Amino acid sequence: MMARGLLDLLAALGARVNGAVVRLGFASRFFLAVLAGSGTSLRRLPLTIREIYFAGVLSLVIIVVSALFVGMVLGLQGYDTLVRYGSAEALGTLVALSLTRELGPVLAALLFASRAGSAITAEIGLMKTTEQLSAMEMMAVDPIARIVGPRFWGGVISMPLLAAIFTLVGIFGGYLIGVVLIGLDPGSFWSQMQGSVELREDIVNGLIKAFVFGVAVTLIAVFEGYDAVPTAEGVSRATTRTVVTSALAILALDFVLTAFMFRGV
Amino acid sequence: MSPDNLVELEHVSFAYERARPVLSGVTLRIPRGKVVAIMGGSGSGKTTILRLIGGALRATGGEVRVFGSSMKRIGAAELYRLRRRMGMLFQFGALFTDLSVFENVAFPMRERTGLPDELIRPLVLMKLQAVGLRGAAALMPQQLSGGMARRVALARAIALDPDLMMYDEPFTGLDPISLGVIGQLIRRLNDALGASSIVVTHDVHESLEIVDYVYFISDGRVVAEGAPDEVRRSTMPFVHQFVHAEADGPVPFHYPAPDYRSELVAAR
Repeated sequence: MMARGLLDLLAALGARVNGAVVRLGFASRFFLAVLAGSGTSLRRLPLTIREIYFAGVLSLVIIVVSALFVGMVLGLQGYDTLVRYGSAEALGTLVALSLTRELGPVLAALLFASRAGSAITAEIGLMKTTEQLSAMEMMAVDPIARIVGPRFWGGVISMPLLAAIFTLVGIFGGYLIGVVLIGLDPGSFWSQMQGSVELREDIVNGLIKAFVFGVAVTLIAVFEGYDAVPTAEGVSRATTRTVVTSALAILALDFVLTAFMFRGV
Repeated sequence: MSPDNLVELEHVSFAYERARPVLSGVTLRIPRGKVVAIMGGSGSGKTTILRLIGGALRATGGEVRVFGSSMKRIGAAELYRLRRRMGMLFQFGALFTDLSVFENVAFPMRERTGLPDELIRPLVLMKLQAVGLRGAAALMPQQLSGGMARRVALARAIALDPDLMMYDEPFTGLDPISLGVIGQLIRRLNDALGASSIVVTHDVHESLEIVDYVYFISDGRVVAEGAPDEVRRSTMPFVHQFVHAEADGPVPFHYPAPDYRSELVAAR
């Protein structure tokens, strides 16, 4: 009896692992198909620009508002800690480095996943549910090239820009608290920051992170939509999965990238 | 293959899972210029036949030939080449919800032909005129009634003057007027385009008015076939039940279940 239960447990575990591996394989093939069908997105720029608008421009409000608050909180907390060591003038450095290296790319990506990623999944999933993708295939138009490709590239292009904007606005938020509210010397705030933020080490690495997150989040979003079970419940599950999987992927990738980029510093 | 047939199915079988075949040994032909109905109850496998012809599914046995090409080992490029000669009307239209009526009809032209806008515009208006909706060109799909959406989808399906038109349940959920309109359009467009049409449906009376030939599908098999007059006169129990809409007959009212009494008793 015990052995039987154990066997069932093993079988269920095996089935789950097997299912996950099959899905991963399918996702990889899907990624290759998206890359192979990218010609359309590049040849017909208006299609991609439209998606940059939907994924990028329409995410600006949440990105800018969040960045401002994150920057202001960083300013308050940073000042509170730094002033104990008598180095309050390093606030600019603290705010700028934490935003360019970590918070900018990571938080922008998390917001992007919940604002734009979920929208992409829901849109593609509903197009599948209402047979729009099948209709396109029957018109001899490849939905991966026509629908998925532009959304993928729109997201990949938007993400680093959104992260850069997040970082900029965040630094401004830190400035508001540190200089305008607390009254630190603006000259030392900016010059300390200028002296310590490196172009390659900090800014470029931050943008590389943002790009990697952009690829991961958008790929997850288009895949979940394309692979959604074509029912109302299926689309809602797929949308949830996009946000959850994206968040985990962003945090895991961030750890790996950080370990490679900043271990010696 | 006879050159008079646009589509031929030879002993075609299909199953998603081996244990539950959807189609078993279906043989049917769609002759050039004719409108052929495929009738059967819900879940009888009739939509699967359209998917096999459109190349969305591959037959697990037998042979499907479309425009003389076997669909068995067809490559993606060749399949897309065949699909350019097909038009399909989906059950609920499947209009692109982010595009206007005009852009929906223009979509296949923009994607498949390199025609300039000055040429696409009159072509789209002509297609919309054919379905009586030229005045609705600027509307969005959400603003259309079910019948209008179906007509726009029809205009889109004929945008590139297909040789083969496929209709998946074109009458479902329409009021009597729209129903008659769609039925007449199917017939008129078929004859005007010189196309052949397949109508998958369970609306007996509407389709018997407009088609040239009928296949009855039940449990994945062709159980009867004939011209509309033969079908109306048929004494075959299945056809009689279907045409006269009787609840019980060869097609049982009840889904297979264990004995009613014993199940009720066991439930206590």
